[in-house]
Amino acid sequence: MIQTFFNFDIIVASWPIVMAGLLNTVLLSLIVVPLGLFGGLLLALLASIRHPLVRWPLMAWVDFFRAFPPLVLLILLFAGLPFAGLDLGGFACVAIAFFLNTGAYYGEIFRAGIESIPAGQVEAARSTGLGRLQALGYIVLPQAVRNVMPDLLSNTLEVVKLTSLGSVVAVPELLYQARQAQSLTYNPTPIVVAAIIYFLMLWPLVRLLSRLENRALAGRR
Amino acid sequence: MATLSIVDARAIHKHFGALHVLKGVDLKVAERELVFVIGPSGSGKSTLLRCLNRLEEPSSGSIVVDGIDMLDPRTDINHARQRIGMVFQSFNLYPHMTALGNVTLALRKVAGKSRAEADRLGHAALERVGLADRAEHTPGQLSGGQQQRVAIARSIALEPRVMLFDEPTSALDPELVGSVLEVMRSLRESGMTMIVVSHEMGFARNAADRVVFMDDGLIVEQGAPAEIFEHPAHDRTRAFIGQIQRH
Repeated sequence: MIQTFFNFDIIVASWPIVMAGLLNTVLLSLIVVPLGLFGGLLLALLASIRHPLVRWPLMAWVDFFRAFPPLVLLILLFAGLPFAGLDLGGFACVAIAFFLNTGAYYGEIFRAGIESIPAGQVEAARSTGLGRLQALGYIVLPQAVRNVMPDLLSNTLEVVKLTSLGSVVAVPELLYQARQAQSLTYNPTPIVVAAIIYFLMLWPLVRLLSRLENRALAGRR
Repeated sequence: MATLSIVDARAIHKHFGALHVLKGVDLKVAERELVFVIGPSGSGKSTLLRCLNRLEEPSSGSIVVDGIDMLDPRTDINHARQRIGMVFQSFNLYPHMTALGNVTLALRKVAGKSRAEADRLGHAALERVGLADRAEHTPGQLSGGQQQRVAIARSIALEPRVMLFDEPTSALDPELVGSVLEVMRSLRESGMTMIVVSHEMGFARNAADRVVFMDDGLIVEQGAPAEIFEHPAHDRTRAFIGQIQRH
């Protein structure tokens, strides 16, 4: 049993391959998370413009990308774009797909946060001469982000997990590399190692999230 | 006599959709004058106040404050607003900042003061409202009356030429009202021009130069407090004052 699922020799042999995958997963996360946060913030700021010409297209955009399965979106980009003369490669396709998908999710979170701040605070800020963006930057966003921190973190957790979708379009991230090692060694041990690495990487985030959620609950009491 | 008006609003109309909230209001306020605006809820008094610093955009009319045409699109509204302090019914402090942080934000980011200078001015403003020892407290740690005094300090720190008060004591427990009125009284004594929307009739009697009665989007009548309270010329004024005083 241990020989099959946790074979020490195979761990040693596949270690460099799996580590290269881990590095790419971290890199991918470091690109995809800020990109999604940026896209989300942009969407949320646009949503604060109440004009119908902004509002309806924005709502359609967000709904569309929240309803569209990210894996389908990714494969569509990867397999479809070359026919439009755009061969971006797997890595760029993952970045774009995540920007569209998680940006829509982050956007809804930021929007909820921004709407949780009473309008009176902005009026007070404006009455002292602060501009619209200053009021947003000094008054609204710091509180909004704090109010939705658990949701932001929870979404980030999902995003990091979803980077494993990159394996489908040959991005050599952790899962892809582990599968490579598995097929080279005819042994599932590298997949087990990858699973353990995912867990060890995300568990601290999960703990942090639980603590934030408990604190938010305590604060509400 | 033609005393110079520091606030000169003329023919102000305001529509909210189909609702005609202000129906042609003229209001002139002289320097150092304290004008009290009273009237039933929905009479447009708060909207009028909010038009003066353009928190609400009037549908038509003209507003000049301290020589600045407030409705001219070329006017730097953020610059103009520094001269017009505003105090709100619900305080509207920034809960993530200390009292001092609330008071110094605009000093630093709008008036361009250094942090040290802003802190000095901020402490001075808090001292004027009797809260020198609360500078490092957050709004959540202060009583309603103290929060409203911090809000007043936030405005006066910018040395405005006019102060607008929008029902400043309506959200306060009765025992906390006095401390806020005390601060308003001392502001008045320092010569601040003030426009106050409020139902604090006792304060109006003692401190106001003029009482303006509004109803249904119009100024019905105005005059010295004694005149308006004792000998109102209009039935509507009499009815309203009767209702208020029965409480």
